[in-house]
Order: sequence, then structure tokens, then C-alpha cells
Amino acid sequence: MRTPFKSGIPSSEITSESAWLKRRQLMTAVAGGALVGSALASALVSPGASALAAGQSLRHRPATANSPAGFYTTESLTPYEDVKRYNNFYEFGTDKGDPARHAHKMSIDPWSVRVDGAVDKPGVLNLEDILTGFDLEERVYRLRCVEAWSMVVPWMGFPLSDLLKRFQPTSKAKYVQFYTLLDREHMRGQRSFTSSIDWPYVEGLRMDEAMNPLTLMAVGLYGKPMPNQNGAPIRLVVPWKYGFKSIKSIFRIRLTQRRPKTSWELIAPQEYGFYANVNPQVDHPRWSQKTERRLPSTLFSPNRRDTLMFNGYGEQVAHLYKGMDLTRDY
Amino acid sequence: MQRAVKPLLFLVCLLPLASLVWAAVNYQLGPDPGEKLMLEIGAWAARLLIATLLVSPLRTWSGWVSLLRLRRMLGLFCFFYASVHLSLFAHFYLGWVAERLLEEIVERPYISAGFTAWLIMLPLALTSNRAMQRRLRRNWQRLHRGVYAAAVLVSLHILWQVRSDFGEALVYALIFALLLAWRLMRYRKKQSSASNAKLLDA
Ligand code: HEM
Repeated sequence: MRTPFKSGIPSSEITSESAWLKRRQLMTAVAGGALVGSALASALVSPGASALAAGQSLRHRPATANSPAGFYTTESLTPYEDVKRYNNFYEFGTDKGDPARHAHKMSIDPWSVRVDGAVDKPGVLNLEDILTGFDLEERVYRLRCVEAWSMVVPWMGFPLSDLLKRFQPTSKAKYVQFYTLLDREHMRGQRSFTSSIDWPYVEGLRMDEAMNPLTLMAVGLYGKPMPNQNGAPIRLVVPWKYGFKSIKSIFRIRLTQRRPKTSWELIAPQEYGFYANVNPQVDHPRWSQKTERRLPSTLFSPNRRDTLMFNGYGEQVAHLYKGMDLTRDY
Repeated sequence: MQRAVKPLLFLVCLLPLASLVWAAVNYQLGPDPGEKLMLEIGAWAARLLIATLLVSPLRTWSGWVSLLRLRRMLGLFCFFYASVHLSLFAHFYLGWVAERLLEEIVERPYISAGFTAWLIMLPLALTSNRAMQRRLRRNWQRLHRGVYAAAVLVSLHILWQVRSDFGEALVYALIFALLLAWRLMRYRKKQSSASNAKLLDA
């Protein structure tokens, strides 16, 4: 079975909940046939912000060995608890444990994402629209941090291209810029006067990168709504780039003609480039990128492995960078 | 009472290592225990360096001369923690590949600084006993002034690894700066009183 890419919903239509549920049932039936006994062919719950608040499971199409190449990996998953307690989310502090300690202070209900810039139909998506209006699917991706550690995470979300198409990008739309929430009151990292980041955190992609089927807008992981410390309620996941590109808690998406500056590029352009593709051949001035520690590691086994070009997604994305000098455009 | 101070300090200095190892074997250090352990041990090496450098000023202020007898142990523990820090780095980050250590030392300024600090501390640790102190005499003092260079390099090591928030690194750097400034001031005072004495002699 091939998992279809397209959701098949006209971009103008906001699907009613019952229609959504019917379609989900159909899909689960199909997917279930391919994945007998999968725990992730999850329970029926009505979606929406209330489901987020209750921490219930969200319905989605599970990833399987039959999913398109790159959507799934048989590598062992980093356990849920570890994915939730080891985070870089500097809005809540720079220690890996800070986000788990402090992110609960951020309120994600209500939440909306503004989409504007070079689009024909600028507008706002409420969280309910997002959860009910897109087909949620699972993607099991490797996540490679520039600090040379990595995880394998079962995300849940929908292709960014599905979202962008609804707002009808114009011919001027060459890049996509993303903004994290700015909330000094509840994000202690944004209050720090010794931080060199100019908040809010911003990231960007080239249009063809944004439209690549691997590029995911994730609303959950492990079949559950996104934990705050992982970027609730909605974040980007770009598995062939270093983790800092996968911006969290997005509240604005802007399409632009000129290449947007990104937060890390603004602080240290000699260290962090716009592209930030995982590349073992181009060393970062701080961390060797040749190998990585796959988490969880233990004291006796660092679980070290060689880092792969494009984090192992070369087949899906190498063509995007044809003719580019990746040692210069790092 | 006086006799108990040294063994007590010895145990206190071992406490951070013991509690970290305990946490590690009980899976309390998170999904990347090697990194966590390395960072924590590095932080304790820095704190012990601060403690070592605090001995002189504390003695001057308190007048309690016997404090000096604790300095050697603090310095040795600093070196011990720094060596464990280095070993953990070699184990978890480099898999004990010497080539890669060399590459790290050459290519990454913050590692060059940390490693040079450790190299400076190595002969200090080796010559810290009383016999060497007697044998080297004046040279011993000269040699052990290397600890000031180590303090500067450790500050650089910490400042250089900051990604975006300088808060903690600045606190360390400020403490080291104060400890060194105190010595500079004392040296100046000695110099001027010495030259005053010379003037009087003349
Ligand atoms: C012997 C050579 C040394 C090497 C190879 C080394 C290596 C490292 C590395 C790789 C880090 C982590 C950097 C990061 O994650 O960005 C680190 C952090 C650190 N090191 Fe070292 N280091 C050395 C010597 C020292 C010495 C001599 C001291 C202090 C006496 C020291 C104190 C620290 C401190 C305080 C940290 C930060 C810990 C934290 O972030 O909590 N290091 N070192």
C-alpha cells in the first residue's frame, strides 16, 4: 500500500468534524490492514483543543514500512520520556532540562497561526482548524542536533506544503519565514538580559525545501499532542537539517521574496548558515559533525555512530542542492 | 579538631563525584548521561579552582594562617576533576581516538584553552608535595604562578562555549577576574612598599 500524499480536501473547505471522523475511519481501516496490531492505529477521539488539553491521543495515519521512502525508519525509537525531558528550547532556558521544567507556563489555548506575506489569501488558522482541517499522519524521523546528538522520534502532523497551498503563495514567494511565540512573561529565556538572541526566534526555508514532502508541520509525537517543551502546539520538523531549523511553537508564517535572516545566523554567521543541512564533511567550529550520539546512551555505551549526509535523507533532498557548494552554503 | 579538618575536606571534595556517579548508575542523569556527567564534573573542576584561589585572600582577611594547609588538597582535587572531565570527553565524544582529540585541540579554540589549562596544571599537581617544594625553592613559587594562567584559560574555555546566553559564563569569568585582580593589587602594594624601603635605605 502507498500512503497518499494529498489530502484531497479543497483548500477552501473546512471539513466538518463528522466528515473528518468518517474519513479517518476509512483510512484507519486501510492502514490497519497493512499494520496488523499496531498500537498506533490509535483510538477514536474527537480532535480539537480540548483533546490537546486533556492530553488524549490524536487520530492519525500510522507510518509503516510501506510508507514512502524517508517517512519511516526501523531504527529503535528514543523513548517518549526522553524525548520530553531532553530539549533545546532556549525560550525556557539553556539547560536541556529547563524546557521540561518551565514550558508548562506557556499557554497554548487559544492559539492561532497567522500566514501572510507573498500569498493571495493571507489569513489566520486557529488551532481547531489545524487539528480538524488537515490529515494527520505519522512520520518516524531521525533528529540530528548540531551539538552532535540524535534521536528517532515518531512525529504526528501534516506536510507544510498542504498548509502553504491553502494560502496560495504568489510567484514572489521564494522563501518561508517562521516565528516562535514572543511571550516574555511566560518564557524566562526571553527575559534573560545576558542572552544574545533577538527574540522572537525566527527560522526560514527556501520555497522548494518548504514544499518537499518530508517537511512536516508537527502537532504531536508518540500519537499524543505535542508536549509544550517540544514546541506545542505546532512546530516544524525538517529531518535533513540540524535541529535548530525545526522551529517550535510557531505563531506566524510569512512568505517572502528575499531570504530571511534566521536567529542563529544573526548571532554567529560563521557558525550557523541558512541551510544548516546535516553534513559530516563540513565541520562546525564547535562540534565535530562526523559522528553523533544516538540517545538514549548509557554510561557504558555512548551509542556513537557515523553521521550521514543529509541525515540519511539524501535520496529525497539531495536534488535540491545540485550545483551548490555546500562547504560555502553550510 | 584541627586534625579532623583535612580528612573532612577530603570527603567533602569527593562528595560531588560520588553523588554524580550515584545518580548515573541510577539512571537519573537523563538520556545522555555521559554528556551530563562530563559537564557537571567540568563545572566542579572550575569551582575547585575558585576555591583554591580563594585560600590566599581568605587567609589575609581572616588572619587564619592554617588555611594555607588546605590549598594543596583543593588544587589537587581541581586537577583530579579536570582529568576526569577530560577522560569523559575522550570516552563519550571521541571514543578514545587520539587523532580526534588532536583535531579537537587544534580546531576548536575553547578546547585548546581547556586543554592548555589542564597541561599547565599537570606539572603543578606533580610538584605539589613538600619534597618538591623544598627541592625547587624559589622556582616552585614561580612555577605555581602558572595557576593564574590556568584561571584565565579556564575562563576563556567557559566563555568560548557559550551558544547564546552568557549569564553563567560571565559569573565564572567575573569571579576569576576578581581573584586575579586581588593578587595584582597585592603585588602592586608590595612593589611600592619595596621601592619605598629602597628610597629610605638610600
Ligand atoms: C583537559 C582538557 C579539556 C577538555 C577537552 C574540555 C572539554 C570540554 C567540553 C567539550 C565541554 C562542553 C562544551 C559544550 O558542550 O559546549 C566542556 C565544558 C566545561 N569545561 Fe572543560 N575541558 C577541558 C578542561 C577543563 C578544565 C581544566 C576546566 C576547569 C578547571 C574545565 C571546565 C569546564 C566547565 C566549567 C564546562 C562547562 C560545564 C557546563 O556547561 O555546565 N574544562 N569542557
